[in-house]
Amino acid sequence: MSRRPITEDDLQAFVDQALDPPRRAEVEAYLEAHPEVAGRIEGYRRQRAALRAAFAPVADEPLPPELSLARLIEARRRTRTVWWRAAAAALLLGLGGGAGWSLHQAVAPEAPAGPGGILALAQEAADSYAVYAPDRVQPVEIRADQQARLVAWASQRLQRPVKVPDLTASGFRFMGGRLVATPHGPAVLFMYDDDRGTRLVVLSRPMAVERDAPMAERSKGDVAGFTWAQQGIGYSLVGPLPPDRLHPLADTVRRQVAPDA
Amino acid sequence: MNDMMLLIEPLIPPLRRYARALLRDRAAADDLVQDCLERAIGRWHQRRQDGDARSWLFAILHNLAINRLRQAQRRGRHIAVEEADESVFARQPTQEQGLRLDGLRAALAELPEEQRAVILLVSVEDLTYAEAARVLGVPIGTVMSRLARGREKLRRALEEEPAARETKLRRVK
Repeated sequence: MSRRPITEDDLQAFVDQALDPPRRAEVEAYLEAHPEVAGRIEGYRRQRAALRAAFAPVADEPLPPELSLARLIEARRRTRTVWWRAAAAALLLGLGGGAGWSLHQAVAPEAPAGPGGILALAQEAADSYAVYAPDRVQPVEIRADQQARLVAWASQRLQRPVKVPDLTASGFRFMGGRLVATPHGPAVLFMYDDDRGTRLVVLSRPMAVERDAPMAERSKGDVAGFTWAQQGIGYSLVGPLPPDRLHPLADTVRRQVAPDA
Repeated sequence: MNDMMLLIEPLIPPLRRYARALLRDRAAADDLVQDCLERAIGRWHQRRQDGDARSWLFAILHNLAINRLRQAQRRGRHIAVEEADESVFARQPTQEQGLRLDGLRAALAELPEEQRAVILLVSVEDLTYAEAARVLGVPIGTVMSRLARGREKLRRALEEEPAARETKLRRVK
C-alpha cells in the first residue's frame, strides 16, 4: 500500500471534520495504531466541543438596539444627508445671490421636511406681521389701488401667478402688499384691516419642501397663525384674533387661492 | 441595500460571539461589532463581488479587535482573567466534556492573541482554513501552524488542572 503520510494538518482537519471520507478513514486507522497521538487528538476534540458550548449562548442572545442593521443604515443615511446639506449650504454662501437661489431650489426638494417647510413659513409670516402690521407710515409698499401692479410684480419675482385673497365678506379690506425677503427666497405679503384697525397679513411663497401640507395652527400670545401649502405654494395667515375667529378666514383664503378655484 | 440586509444581518450574532470571545468584555465587544457594521455599510460597494460576505465582515471585525487589543496593551493595561466579564460564558459546559469553565477561560486567555483568533475562527465560528487565512491576512500554512500550536498549548493547560481536581473528587467519594 502506498499511503500518503499522515501530517499534523491532517490531524487538525480531522478534529475540525474537514477531511474527505477516504482521508478521514486513513487518519482513523493511523490513530488506532498510535494511541498516544489518539489521546492528544481526543483532547483537541473535547477542547473544540467545550469552546463551542461555552460561546454558543452569545449568538442566541437578543441583539441590542445599537446592533440593529436597519437602524445603523438609517443613521448613516441621516448623517450623510446632513453632511451633504451642510456642503450645499457652504456652496451657497460661496456663490451667493441669484446663482445661490437657483442652486438652492435644485437641491432642496431632495431634503426631507424641515428647513423651509411650513414651520419656517409660519415663522416668517409671524415676523413679517410683527414688523409691518404696526407700521403707521407705510405698512404696504404698493397700495390696493394699484393691485394689478402688485400682482404682476409679485408673480414675476415668485415665478408663478399670484392671487390676492378677498376677505371683504369677513369684514377685512385689502390694504395692499409688498415683497418680503425670507431665507427661502422672496415672499409676497398682503395686508388687510377691518373698521377697528385690526390688521391681518397673508404671506405666500414657493415651497421647496412640504409642497403640500395640511393647515396647521401656530399661535403665540394674542397673535394666531394658520399655515398650509398647496401644490408647491405655501400660505400663512397671521393676525391678532382668537384662533377660532381666524380659522374661518384661513379657510376662506385657502378656498380662494386653491389652484382649481 | 436589500442584499446587504440579507447577507449581513444573519452574521451579526456570530460577529458578536467572536468579538466577545476575543475581548472578553461584553460592552467593548458590542461596541466593536457596531463599529464593524458601520464600516461594512459604508464600504459595502467596495467589497469584492466574488468574495463572501462572512470572511469580509470577520476580517473587518478582526482588524478592529486587534487594534483595540494593541491599544490596550500600549496603555499598559493587560486585561486580566479576573477582570473579564463573567457573562462571557453564559452557560456551563456539560460535565461529561470534562473541561472546567474557569480552566478553559484562563487557558484561552493565556494564549497569544494570534493563536486564540485562529482557534475561535475555526473551532467556534466554523470558518474553513482558507476563510480564516483571508480574515487574518496570512497564508493557510500559517493558519495551520497557529492552530496546531494553540490547540496543544490549550490542551496542556487544561489537562494539568483536571488531574488535580480528580484527586479532590475521589476524596469526597
